[in-house]
Amino acid sequence: MSEVAIIGAGIIGTLIARELSRFKLEVALLESSNDVANGSTKANSGIIHAGYDAEPGSAKARFNVLGNPLFDRLCEQLDVRLNRIGSLVVAFSPSERRTVEQLYNRGIHNGVGDLQIIEREQLLSIEPNLDESAQCALLAPQAGIIDPWEIAVAAAENAADNGVEIRLNFPVQAIERDNGCYRITSPNGQIRAQQVINCAGVFADRIHQMVAPPTFTITPRKGQYFVLDKTAGALVNHVIFQCPTELGKGVLVTRSVHGNLLVGPDSVEIEDREDLATTQDRLEFVRRSAGKVSKNIPFSQVIRSFSGLRATPNTKDFIIEECGEAPGFIDVAGIESPGLTAAPAIAHYVRDLLSRTRGALEERGDFNPDRRPAIRFMDLPEQRKNELIRKDPRFGRIICRCESVTEGEIVDAIHRNVGATTLDGVKKRVRPGMGRCQGGFCGPQVLEILARELKKNPTEIVKNEVDSYILTGPTKCGGEKDRPEGIGSMVEQKAAYHG
Amino acid sequence: MSGIDREIICIVCPTGCRIQVSGPDTEHLEVSGNECKRGEEYALKEITDPRRTLITTVQIDHGTLRRLPVRTNREIPKQSIFPCMEVINRVRVEAPVEVGQVLVADILGTGADVVATRSMARDGAGGLPTADTRSRAG
Amino acid sequence: MDSYDIVVIGGGPAGMAAAVAAREEGVEKILLIERDRELGGILQQCIHNGFGLHHFKEDLTGPEFSERYIRRMEELEIPCKLDTTVLEITAGREILYINAREGVTKISAGAIILAMGCRERSRGAVNIPGSRPAGVFTAGTAQRLINMEGYMVGRRIMMLGTGDIGLIMARRLTLEGAKVIAVLARKPYPGGLMRNVAQCLYDYDIPLMLRHTIVAIQGKDRVTGVLVADTDENSRPIPGSERLYECDTVILSVGLIPENELSLSAGVQLDPHTGGPVVDEFRQTSVAGIFACGNVVHVHDLVDFVVEESEIAGRGAAGFVLGRGEAEGAETSGTPIDLLPGEGLKYVVPQRMRGFNGEERLDLFLRVSRVYGRSAIEVRHDGDTVKRLKRLRMNPGEMERVRLNRSAIEKLTGSNLIVEAVEVDG
Repeated sequence: MSEVAIIGAGIIGTLIARELSRFKLEVALLESSNDVANGSTKANSGIIHAGYDAEPGSAKARFNVLGNPLFDRLCEQLDVRLNRIGSLVVAFSPSERRTVEQLYNRGIHNGVGDLQIIEREQLLSIEPNLDESAQCALLAPQAGIIDPWEIAVAAAENAADNGVEIRLNFPVQAIERDNGCYRITSPNGQIRAQQVINCAGVFADRIHQMVAPPTFTITPRKGQYFVLDKTAGALVNHVIFQCPTELGKGVLVTRSVHGNLLVGPDSVEIEDREDLATTQDRLEFVRRSAGKVSKNIPFSQVIRSFSGLRATPNTKDFIIEECGEAPGFIDVAGIESPGLTAAPAIAHYVRDLLSRTRGALEERGDFNPDRRPAIRFMDLPEQRKNELIRKDPRFGRIICRCESVTEGEIVDAIHRNVGATTLDGVKKRVRPGMGRCQGGFCGPQVLEILARELKKNPTEIVKNEVDSYILTGPTKCGGEKDRPEGIGSMVEQKAAYHG
Repeated sequence: MSGIDREIICIVCPTGCRIQVSGPDTEHLEVSGNECKRGEEYALKEITDPRRTLITTVQIDHGTLRRLPVRTNREIPKQSIFPCMEVINRVRVEAPVEVGQVLVADILGTGADVVATRSMARDGAGGLPTADTRSRAG
Repeated sequence: MDSYDIVVIGGGPAGMAAAVAAREEGVEKILLIERDRELGGILQQCIHNGFGLHHFKEDLTGPEFSERYIRRMEELEIPCKLDTTVLEITAGREILYINAREGVTKISAGAIILAMGCRERSRGAVNIPGSRPAGVFTAGTAQRLINMEGYMVGRRIMMLGTGDIGLIMARRLTLEGAKVIAVLARKPYPGGLMRNVAQCLYDYDIPLMLRHTIVAIQGKDRVTGVLVADTDENSRPIPGSERLYECDTVILSVGLIPENELSLSAGVQLDPHTGGPVVDEFRQTSVAGIFACGNVVHVHDLVDFVVEESEIAGRGAAGFVLGRGEAEGAETSGTPIDLLPGEGLKYVVPQRMRGFNGEERLDLFLRVSRVYGRSAIEVRHDGDTVKRLKRLRMNPGEMERVRLNRSAIEKLTGSNLIVEAVEVDG
């Protein structure tokens, strides 16, 4: 039995797990899908916000402002890339100037330092590609960009290094009270825990309703994005926001921490919580809206489009509290923007909530806050590269040509705690498949490496979830020897060309 | 019996002429639309005895790859294609193999052999036998 | 730092033919670098026939063709580094490469020949919306998995794109037991050769749906279907015409893009019409001593033309390092002439002429931008027609060659040559 079970391994769940792993607690992190960071954490803008946008007095404002400065130390410990490029909320018409001023004042009220309003001349000198209708902008130098899935994976790895049990493919179906603790059931097993922390993102209200009557609802709100080739990354130097509306912060244009250009998101409420499809009309909307920011966005350089869901609460603010009707059950729900920025501060707060219930948490003597450094081969100095290759020749084989990723890095990503077991898992951790060929060249090789390292048949390797098979079986119906039981259908293959 | 009236796309050269073949029976056919004699020959053969080159792979053990590309060394009747695929799919070859090596002789009595279209070394020898071993050492 | 006379980057037919040609011209220290485990490039997975009809006067498969060159490389004792990736090249002709045996190493070259080939356009680049399940492959990736690794990629296939590689793969998938439900083309005509439509689609009763496209992909973890729409005269989908086709696999054959990251790292100027370097008649790029040939310059249809072009580049690079002057890049006879694609042309290669390269003729390679019936290709200089080539039909899927004789152009100076396609009556 665990002392604490965390439901949901997104950025919130993984950072809470890591925070709790500092203490003498048996912690289990439960994730419904086949990898950590497979939900909203995988599909957002990756921005560390300054904190002027949130409503003063709200939990969003409080945790945003508390969270932002925590990222430097956190990213150093987890060895995750962070780039504080600063953000600009740009007024593209004289009437939008008022909005910029309001945001400035709100920022001051929320406790955000170093804000300034810059005028057109200075604005266009630091952002020459902005549309010429730009009037002025709110400059927040402490805003930054990060890979949201990279930090979640790193946090999960560090949590596991420090003893947290991580259970994937554990979709929670029921939670029952059982002898003073909670029994959490999934089709793949069950677990008992004294306390439960609900970080289930888009499904947080459903999880809550397994133990108590509803006190909030979550509505999924879809946002669609374009990712452009790295050659487009230098278009802007800061995160560029348009003035916000009631729908949210609007379509932004930013460089990503890897140098791609990210354009999006739009904002549309949907009903199906599993609907992640991109759509022609909304992508066109994103394109048109981004055109207001700059006429120079090279859409011919789009390499990918994707969508993500925000967990929008009907309360319009974060819900981080112990459930009144279910002692020991803590909701961390409705964590939409600025959720990523708020995450480290939320983790501290949840720790404090827990200690209020359990009594003071006892620190472990052997907690190691530092993740084993990631190997970013191409960033190493040449001498280090050659040392590494001498020790392990797999670092001398480039597998992903677009992003220059070596076999050694892929193997390392597979064998770490919470290592990659899927094609997308490798992509999240070390990037093959994120480049301009989108896995066309490296895909087959990554698949073979996964099969080899995990001692599986290549036909068992999946893209992401367990049913996302890539290969149906070996060619040649007579190839029975290679085919594990049940994979592929020889009968169907034969019928296909006889029928 | 109604006659023959078909349009054939010639595959002999990249031009791909659309050739009309018509007539009361296969002994009395007229051909038009071809730009050369080869096209006429092809079109007539398409009606009377259509043939194709079959290209595929076979399983190979201990080679540098898991599959060896093969071809029939002459054209086979079109209707033999899938029956020949069944035979070829059951073939298992052992590396090393030389380009042109016969893997199935006179497949299904068609008169065509199935031959390897590349050489493949035994695994461990690392790649084709023709790669420079000096620059691959150590 | 080791130095070579010529370093060839890419060991497909382009790189091998260029290396062989350079050696036959007498160049001694040649090195060929290839990122895969063996030579042959894309030919290794192109197991179908139709290669070498011009060059060897034989009907060979891709691997048979490439093995001829691999043998020749061996005969001529041209050294290769396999499983080796070039990371960077400089205008000063230094090359940084990496492999498991030597680590990261820098070498220098008297001349470099770029032969990196091309890559496929991905789903993201053609913006097909929908979910992002497993089961979406580009045709070349599927070809590699099926022909070299020995795995099937799906059972019920919908294919978008009717270029030759898509057509070839439709047949291949069918032979290996899959059901190809349909092959779609946005345009009213197929992108590849009619002979391939006949021997790959008609032969196997695979429906060819012209003027259709895929507007969305469905499926949560694996593809479950696609939405297919009709297209209008601009090849854009017609709203309201969408129909669902159930399938488990989508194969995309939607274009090839020359792979020029390394070229850019050396400051080589690219031609936006081809996606490859601007080259002169010796296939020298805008950077002295850096040459280019094959699909990295422009996407070819026939490997026979790749080899011809690569021999030109090999001889050009040889001339450069052996100090034979013509390829020096310096002024030869008069100022360089630009060859420009005019009306009806997508591109012309080479894009520049420095001075006659000592050969009896200069071949121009070009593609038209739309379908032509009875037509002609005209090469004009200052309003005069220097060459006129009649054609019965032309389409963007078939590269054309125009031969210019020495006598026709050796006295031309200054100004440009404009190459155009014109409709002809009667």
